[in-house]
Amino acid sequence: MRTFVRRALSLCALLLLVSTVTLTLAQDGPQVPDDLPVGSPDVAEMIEQDASAGEGLDTGDNAWMLMSSALVLLMTAPGLAMFYSGLVRRKNVLSVMMQCLFLMGLMTVVWALWGYSLSFGGSDPYLGNMDYLFMNNVQSHYDANAGEIITPLEGTIPRYTHMLFQGMFFIITPALICGAFAERMKFSSMALFSVLWGTFVYCPLCHWVWDGGILFYGGDASIAGGALDFAGGTVVHISSGISALMCALLIGNRLGFGNDDMRPHNLTYTTLGAGLLWFGWFGFNAGSALSANGLAANAFAVTHFSAAAGAVAWAAMEWIGHGKPSVLGCASGAVAGLVCITPAAGFVLPMPALLMGAIAGAVCYWAVIRLKHQLRYDDSLDAFGVHGIGGTLGAILTGVFATRHVFGEAEGEPIGLYEGGGISLLIGQIVAVGITILYSVVITLILLKAIDFLIGLRVPQESEIRGLDLAEHGEEGYIFN
Amino acid sequence: MKKVEAIIRHHKLEDVKGALNEMGVHGMTVSEVQGYGRQKGHTENYRGAEYSVDFVPKHKIEIICSDGNLQLVIDTILKSAQTGQIGDGKLFIYDVKQAIRIRTGEMGEDAV
Repeated sequence: MRTFVRRALSLCALLLLVSTVTLTLAQDGPQVPDDLPVGSPDVAEMIEQDASAGEGLDTGDNAWMLMSSALVLLMTAPGLAMFYSGLVRRKNVLSVMMQCLFLMGLMTVVWALWGYSLSFGGSDPYLGNMDYLFMNNVQSHYDANAGEIITPLEGTIPRYTHMLFQGMFFIITPALICGAFAERMKFSSMALFSVLWGTFVYCPLCHWVWDGGILFYGGDASIAGGALDFAGGTVVHISSGISALMCALLIGNRLGFGNDDMRPHNLTYTTLGAGLLWFGWFGFNAGSALSANGLAANAFAVTHFSAAAGAVAWAAMEWIGHGKPSVLGCASGAVAGLVCITPAAGFVLPMPALLMGAIAGAVCYWAVIRLKHQLRYDDSLDAFGVHGIGGTLGAILTGVFATRHVFGEAEGEPIGLYEGGGISLLIGQIVAVGITILYSVVITLILLKAIDFLIGLRVPQESEIRGLDLAEHGEEGYIFN
Repeated sequence: MKKVEAIIRHHKLEDVKGALNEMGVHGMTVSEVQGYGRQKGHTENYRGAEYSVDFVPKHKIEIICSDGNLQLVIDTILKSAQTGQIGDGKLFIYDVKQAIRIRTGEMGEDAV
């Protein structure tokens, strides 16, 4: 049965490749759509203001966005690869690094073929369209009438840049989920799950929140007014964190969980990985302004402040609770702070950011140290505890601390609960969180059940004991002779 | 001749070596070892999960000395390796039947 399924999948992949080539060759010259989607309404306004001649390439913006794109890629590997690989046992160090590195390749291919189009194509509130399929209307083309090469723009940057920047988010989001099923999931199942999850969970959510969909703030079709999500609180962190929990629950605990020695095998990797994540997050959040402007500067500052407060808060909690502030705790706290500020980065001022980071450090500490052990689920590397909890917290606190001093769309009116803007934004944020959680849970469970039925989710017991490095990849991480 | 085997704390190695050198003992063998005594290892905490680590890393030093020097060697090690805290280690004393220097073939105390 499984051999048949494998063959069928191989055939599908082959057909897909052939159809890709055929479609690419058959295209009738790119058509630039009228609407130019951007991340959020205030960003659109900023871009309009910043573009000296209304529409046109701004080299400064483009330089910053290309740099930001590279920074976000750095977060997946080496950042996340090191952070996660240090936390597993030495027999699984390569498997985690491989998941991150391989997803950089696999998700990029998906993004180029259909991911970008499903996320940012068209103006339907529920689904993207096929405007950008296979990089149509993204790639440059020679215009015979104008006698020059035309590169489509997205605001003040080439659509290439927008596509690349957003693509880096598409890569890291499923990589975050790998933390929940580390040390026990089949590599083939992980790859298949990531492609399907990216297509059926990430792309719709991205379209809903950032491209005028049903969760877009202030959109016509928005539910409860939509949500503010500057750099991916709902799209990236809640979706991946909640899906990670589903993975952990469905795939089951690691063999020997609760009894065997499962200490992180190399916390020096983890610490360096956390540092790289912190560094790359400046591109993640400040890049989400889609422009090198004041909004980007604000996002940069609040990102840094929140991470700092998160690191201090988690370490302080451990200091008080266990007598020693651990390196792992400090690294985890920094990531929690970064996650929490992500949806709010373009909407809050620095002092609330410090508070948000501190709250995230403390609450994620509680989720990881207490909640996980009380409920006894094996979220191996705390993808849910940090990203699911931290992202939810950040999305809700955005409704509290968003301010007209940063948020251009508010037109001088108070917006967040804290500055007297009422609870409408907070309600919109909570509804968006609820929809994101519900959608992620349902689709993730369907995907996991289907994959389990087709090819199985978990490696055989023997492979798990032997370690995934040898069992799945035929390699060892450390050979010291 | 006697063999003195001492299990000591890592950070006491230099003190012990220095004190023994001062009293004229110039040879010793040092190795990294792991073990536990009455204190039964220790616990480590990683994100709320506690792990008990049974084996504590220590240094083992081995010294061969003459019967006449034995008490002085023991006193020196005790004095320089002691902190008064649990986990200071142990001393073991063995009889040595013979010692031979491989290079010259010298035997007995001349070989030490």
